[in-house]
This record gives sequence, structure tokens and C-alpha cells, in this order.
Amino acid sequence: MQALIQIEKLNLFYGAFHALKNVSLEIPQRAITAFIGPSGCGKSTLLRTLNRMNDMIQGTRIEGKIEIGGTDIYSGDVHVETLRKKVGMVFQQPNPFPKSIYDNVAYGPRLHGIRGKKQLDEIVENSLKAAALWDEVKDHLKRSALSLSGGQQQRLCIARALAVEPDILLMDEATSALDPISTLKIEELAQELKDKYTIVMVTHNMHQAARVSHQTVFFLNGEVVEYSDTEKLFSDPSDQRTEDYISGRFG
Amino acid sequence: MSQPSKAAANSFGKRNGRAAALDRIFTGLVWGIGALVILFICGLLFLLLKNGLPKLTWDFLYGLPSEIEEGGGIGPALFNSFYLLFISLVISIPLGMAAGIYLAEFAPDNRLIGLIRICVEGLSSVPSIIFGLFGIALFVEMFQIGLTILGGAVSLAFLNLPVLTRVTEESIRSVPVELKNASFALGSTHLQTIRRVLIPVALSGIVTGICLTAGRAFGESAVIILTAGVTTSGEMWDFNLFSPGETLAVHLWYVQSEAIVPDAQEIAQKATSVLIFVVLLINLVFRVPLWFNSRKTKG
Repeated sequence: MQALIQIEKLNLFYGAFHALKNVSLEIPQRAITAFIGPSGCGKSTLLRTLNRMNDMIQGTRIEGKIEIGGTDIYSGDVHVETLRKKVGMVFQQPNPFPKSIYDNVAYGPRLHGIRGKKQLDEIVENSLKAAALWDEVKDHLKRSALSLSGGQQQRLCIARALAVEPDILLMDEATSALDPISTLKIEELAQELKDKYTIVMVTHNMHQAARVSHQTVFFLNGEVVEYSDTEKLFSDPSDQRTEDYISGRFG
Repeated sequence: MSQPSKAAANSFGKRNGRAAALDRIFTGLVWGIGALVILFICGLLFLLLKNGLPKLTWDFLYGLPSEIEEGGGIGPALFNSFYLLFISLVISIPLGMAAGIYLAEFAPDNRLIGLIRICVEGLSSVPSIIFGLFGIALFVEMFQIGLTILGGAVSLAFLNLPVLTRVTEESIRSVPVELKNASFALGSTHLQTIRRVLIPVALSGIVTGICLTAGRAFGESAVIILTAGVTTSGEMWDFNLFSPGETLAVHLWYVQSEAIVPDAQEIAQKATSVLIFVVLLINLVFRVPLWFNSRKTKG
């Protein structure tokens, strides 16, 4: 598999705090890569460097290089808006806008200049279908997104992210606020989406990483401890710390 | 653990402790005080409206005031009230919202901004007569244009500006950061996020602020007396910005304290009821679109 994202010797500081230490990773295209590790290990921070959401936190400093498709995303001529269009994100808490279902999905395309009603209708339908939500909401697209259940809201957020046609989908503990059945639906959805999108997910749930992902990265204190195929990492970890973590001895 | 009381029919019967009694007393107290306050407000409204409202006629609302004989109207004063309010809002809403958005979204977190914030907060509770004196200094002394609608409207705008700035800032700040993140993560620019997410979500709070300031401006007298005067041009529909701009609230004060017309008392009562009615109306007019909006957005 071809690497889409290449991270080289990445160091990230929040003020004086050294949050990511010398991280180097290659994340393959059209597959699911899971970041696991205890709270505060830097996995979410790394995820947020990929669409530069860390830019908004004052006092963040970055050294090293992140290339997506061969382009250094921190170089001066990269527009962060264009980057984020290509690198979508789904958050821990479902965060639909207090607008209608339709307007939520159409929000992104409208930002990027799509105005035609027919075109928007098509994008909304396709995105909701891709997020496996269409059948549940097709008859009341004008209803408020807040009337949906938590799991539906999260799938709406996925649809909203897909509507701007990203290459990469970042999922930041996207199921941790959901019930088991909704979680399962999102996991199945991720399995379907991986054929078209490169998915990077941060998860607290090791079983989820084992169930869903192809590669797993284990973080500890801002460092990558182990990175390998998911099957190998969970059955035959090469580092003692990984073994301790996945067997539940800490974290 | 206390012993269950004898009256309890089963083991989950009523707790018979001090906490339960206090809880009931407290609930009763809150209900009682609430009812009392509502009763008081309704009584007050009734008292103020009962003498004026039934006697209102179109002639009174539309007619010219009279200096000596009875039967004078409040036409020009009422018109000036709306005209001044409108101009002051046209000035203060864009400026106040812009300043509030700046403070909430763009201002760096340093001491200067902290100081500015304290100043805005202070200004929003300064007595209105101070703004009137400022208006005199600016328009009467410096620009020498006398007591005018323009001077009154701008001074009113100054009076409202700090409140609108604060309300906007607080409303924008209270928009959940998750929504902001969602917008940015879809590749929006800062302006797009402000226009499409922050302002729409904060709108209810901002409109409440506009309502409050509009009501206050409509009933304001000190600023107007000092900057727009206690006379009107004596004509209806006088849009001239340089005419004297007595408003309804000022007229009310004027007929009660200075006027020599025999029916001053009645004019005051009727003007009071008009004033209250319009302030209630302003609130309603601003709120109705919000109700529709929230029906659309809430689950």
C-alpha cells in the first residue's frame, strides 16, 4: 500500500510542554489507521496536526515535516482552508450545526462556492447515503439536525465531512460519546468508507482498534512506541510497554 | 440513617427529615415571591395604562401639541421618538456588533484589551446624563449646531454602544467551541465561520440586547433633553436632522413639570400608556422572528 501521509521527525510544543516527540510515521492510502494510547499521550494532538486544527491553539510550535500526497502541509503556500477541505474531521462529540439536516450537509459545499440547488441536492443525497443515514432522514431533510439521536447526529457529521469530498477522514474518538449499537454502525461505516477514503482514527477503545483498523500506532508520553499491522500489534507486540497497555496493566 | 416514620406505609415512604421540610419551605417561598413579583408588575402596568389607554385617540397620537389650550396631541414627539431611535440604532448596531465580534474573536489576550473590556463594562453602567453632557460638548459647543435630532441620535447611539458591544461579545463567546471547530474543520475562513455559524447561533442573545437598548433608548430622557431639546419643530413627518428633537419621554416630563396646558395630567397619562405600549411592541417585534427561527433550529 502506498503511503499518503508522511510524518518526519515531528515535534510539537504547547508553550513549554513537549507534546509530540520526534514522531515519524507513514500512513497508507485507503486504509484505516488507528492511534491508541492512554489519555494525554499525544494521539489526538497528532491527529489535529494533520488538518492543522492545532493552529488555533495559541502557543503551539511545530518542528519537523508532515507531507500529504507529497506536499508539506506546513509550508507557506498551503492554504489551510484548502487543506481542511481535503482532510475532513469528525469530532468526539457529535457537533451538528443548529440548522436543518440539509443545511448541515450543504454547509461545506456552500463554503467552497457551490450554489446550484440541483447540485447541492445531489451532494446532500450522496453524502447522506455514503454515511448510511439517507434512509432514516430522506423524508425530513428540513427538520433540525438537533432532533436526531446521538448516533444519527454523528453519522450526519460524517456526511457533512464527506460532502466536501475529502481524501482523508480524521476521526477523533468519534464513537466515545455513543451507545454500543450506534458505535457498531459507525464502525461498519468506516469499513465501507475505507475503500474510497484514507481514515485515521483516534480511539480509547482498544477493541475498536483491533476490530476496525489495518494499522495501529501505540503512543505513550508523546512518542510512538510501536507501529505495525493491527493483527500483529495486538497478538504479538514487540515492545513490553505495548503489551502492558493492551493487556490492561495501565492506561 | 434516621428511623422511618410511623406514617410510612412502606420502606420507601416519605423522608421525615429537616432537609425535606426545608425543601418544601424553600419551594413555597420561591413560588410565593415569584407570584408576588408578577402580581406587582401586572398591577403596575394596569395602574399606568388604565387612565391613559381607554382615552387614546388617533387625534392625540397624530395631533400637534398645544402650548396653552387643551386637546394637544403628541404627534411630532412620537415621530421623533421613532426617528431618533431608528437613527441611533442604525449607528450603534453595526458599530457595537463589530466591536463585540472583535473582542470575542480577534482581540489578543493582553492587558490593553483587558483594560478596554473594563472600560466598555464601565461605560455601559454610566448614568445616561453623562452621555448627554458629552453630547452637549460635542454638538452644541464644538460643532455649534444647537439642539438637534442628529445630536440626540448620535448621543443615544453612544449610550447604547457599550451595552451592545458587551452583549455581542458575550453572545458570540457563548457559542459552543465545538460548532466553531466543526466549521473550521470543513475549510471555512474566519469570516465564513462568523457569518454562518457564530452570528446565527448568537443572534438570540444579540437581539435580546438590541431589544433592551432599544427600549431604554425609546424611554430615555436625560440625553435627549440635553442634546435634542424639549421642543419639536411643530410639524409632522419632519425628517430634517437639524430640527429640535423632543421625544415622547421628554414630552412626558415636560408636560408634567413645565407645561401650562390645563389637561397636562391627562396628556401625561395618555403619553405614559403610549410609551409603555410601544416599548412592549418593540420587544414583540424583535422577538417574533426569533421564535420562528428557534422553532426551525431546535429539536
